[in-house]
Amino acid sequence: MAVKSKKNVSGSELTDEQHVALLRHMLAVRCTDERMLKLQRSGRIGFVGTAKGIEGAIIGSAYALKPQDWLWSGLREGGAAVMRGLPLSEYIAQMYCNSNDTAKGRQMCNHFQHKGSHYPSWSSVIGTQIPHGVGAAFAAKRRRLDEVHAIYFGDGATSSNGFHSGMNLAAVWKAPCVFVCVDNGWAISVCSAKQTAAEKFADKAVAYGMPGVTVDGNDVLACHAAVQEALERARAGEGPSLVVLETYRMMGHSSSDDPTRYRDDKEVAAWAAKDPIDRFEKLLIAAGTIAKDTRAQLEAELYTQIDAEIHVQEAAPKMALRTLVDDVYAEVPRHLQRQYNNFIAVAERLGHATPGDGAFPL
Amino acid sequence: MANLTLVQAVNDALKTAMRTDPSVLVFGEDVGPKGGVFLATDGLTKEFGEERCFDTPLSEDGIVGAAIGMAVNGLKPVCEIQFQDFIFPAFDQIVSEAAKLRYRSGGQYTAPMVIRTPYGGGIRGGLYHSQSGEAYFCHTPGLKVVIPSTPHDAKGLLLASIDDPDPVLFLEPKALYRAVKGEVPEGKYKVDLSTLRTVREGKSVTVFCYGAMVPVVQKAAEQAAEKGIETLIIDLRTLLPLDEEGVLDAAKMTGRVVVVHEAPRFCGFGAEISALIAENAIEYMEAPIARVTGFDTPFPNTLEHHYMPDDRRVLDAIEHVYNY
Ligand SMILES: Cc1ncc(C[n+]2csc(CCOP(=O)(O)OP(=O)(O)O)c2C)c(N)n1
Ligand SMILES: [Mg+2]
Repeated sequence: MAVKSKKNVSGSELTDEQHVALLRHMLAVRCTDERMLKLQRSGRIGFVGTAKGIEGAIIGSAYALKPQDWLWSGLREGGAAVMRGLPLSEYIAQMYCNSNDTAKGRQMCNHFQHKGSHYPSWSSVIGTQIPHGVGAAFAAKRRRLDEVHAIYFGDGATSSNGFHSGMNLAAVWKAPCVFVCVDNGWAISVCSAKQTAAEKFADKAVAYGMPGVTVDGNDVLACHAAVQEALERARAGEGPSLVVLETYRMMGHSSSDDPTRYRDDKEVAAWAAKDPIDRFEKLLIAAGTIAKDTRAQLEAELYTQIDAEIHVQEAAPKMALRTLVDDVYAEVPRHLQRQYNNFIAVAERLGHATPGDGAFPL
Repeated sequence: MANLTLVQAVNDALKTAMRTDPSVLVFGEDVGPKGGVFLATDGLTKEFGEERCFDTPLSEDGIVGAAIGMAVNGLKPVCEIQFQDFIFPAFDQIVSEAAKLRYRSGGQYTAPMVIRTPYGGGIRGGLYHSQSGEAYFCHTPGLKVVIPSTPHDAKGLLLASIDDPDPVLFLEPKALYRAVKGEVPEGKYKVDLSTLRTVREGKSVTVFCYGAMVPVVQKAAEQAAEKGIETLIIDLRTLLPLDEEGVLDAAKMTGRVVVVHEAPRFCGFGAEISALIAENAIEYMEAPIARVTGFDTPFPNTLEHHYMPDDRRVLDAIEHVYNY
């Protein structure tokens, strides 16, 4: 779609092309989630944790990163990885945990990685990536690399050990990193007001000796601007900052969670009215950047791409059995090779194991 | 008597304890209105209020550390770690503090508390929702480590753990939460810690197991029986302190031993059973002791059914020691 390189949205540093790109990236997150949920419901993939409602926060913030910067994922930033270069094919292969998955099907769904755009996968253990990002930023500084490390995590993760040690070390070391807290209101069933007694998560920055800002996380441009500023500060050698993006997790924690057990439909409806995509679309229509039917066009294009890729990944083979003992160490140690050989011998005598029917609860 | 699943029996035990002892309180991540991710604490906040069953911030170290303080000061904490895989932020509090408090204070201070946590594979949870970390904790003097395998034992062992004067790590086999059902007595009863349970009588081969491996071994034993091999199945149920006499008696009964666990093999609990028998009953052994275990790898995801010991692998080991 041809959009002129104008700046029609007042207050935004970005061009119209960039605005449309942002809208498209946000829609890509939503459309992909939508398809993944369908696949999960039909039993094709195991589990989905969606980003519905937080697209503005993750896309706006990550859009400020330069190609050489790193994004340390906390949980729901897969869509930002796609924007920064993770091929959709690899994203969907990861959801299938099939033989095209670069992590060899070893992680649960929603644990993406992409080396090319500096996006290590998260482990599942909440908060552990925070000090990793700090250490990597320290290394960048020591090695005089022009890169900043954006460390993402949720409101829940602010209670983890990793948050406190990471924030403290980063400030003491003036490490070139930005802490991006996506406060989506909930950590599974625990609301942010029960996660901290501080008035704002951003207040925590004060104690560690760094700036902390609170941003409307459903305003994609505000998220971009705030993280941009924090990145510049880090890049200039002025040290880390904490940026808290206040938004809302519209769906359950994951495809297996029933949020009606613990939260009020009214709260959900109030946030639905502030949907980051609807809001940005309206803004762009009002500015004359896009037409009324642009969103529908973009969605149709996205679904075509996503569906084609699902088709390919659906047919991809499962991970080979021999990978069972790979990558534990650089080389398969002798004892492990023996365990594997014995296992194969049993399979030859008695046939192979059959998959169980256990399902993930959360 | 009620016919309950294992997770319902846990829930029943918690309610029973809370009804009978006002100092008992339950807390952890998502244990309140949500009722826990496996619904083990379903209905507790409703019945006992937020003072007695409440959600905590996402801090395992805080949960266990605070539980120690509560226990020291007269409460009876039964805290939950959502998955055993997430217990490691609290490892220090468990290993350095809860387990050593009695010893380092010459018995002046103690931490009678229970940490409940689901462990083990079988739910397609990948490497961070499937681990069996019992061996780390069994290497910790001062701690008790309990693993039920039936609804009856889950309730009785949990009630015994809550009454115990020492800290207990109560590992619940999540694969069995809804897969097993059984008769559970109403009200309070206890299953003694440090006693094993004979699951099946047999004279040919002894199999030691616990938790989610018990039904797997039972299935293998049925197949072995068709081949004329009678398997004595022992559910260890309390790993620490272990019923060593019971283990040795059961080993001597057949002279042929298999140990089964889903945790990795190296330094796993099977090594302890094997060494115990080698030291004290080697002259009774007719065959080398065999172990059927998970691999010495992290827990896989798509290949989990290959990693977990199943009836085929157990049967193979039973036949191996039988025919030796
Ligand atoms: C150390 C640890 N404890 C508990 C869990 C279980 N768990 C997974 S996600 C989650 C909540 C995370 O909340 P938040 O950080 O706000 O991220 P969000 O899911 O809202 O994106 C919990 C408790 C975990 N993965 N790791
Ligand atoms: Mg959250």
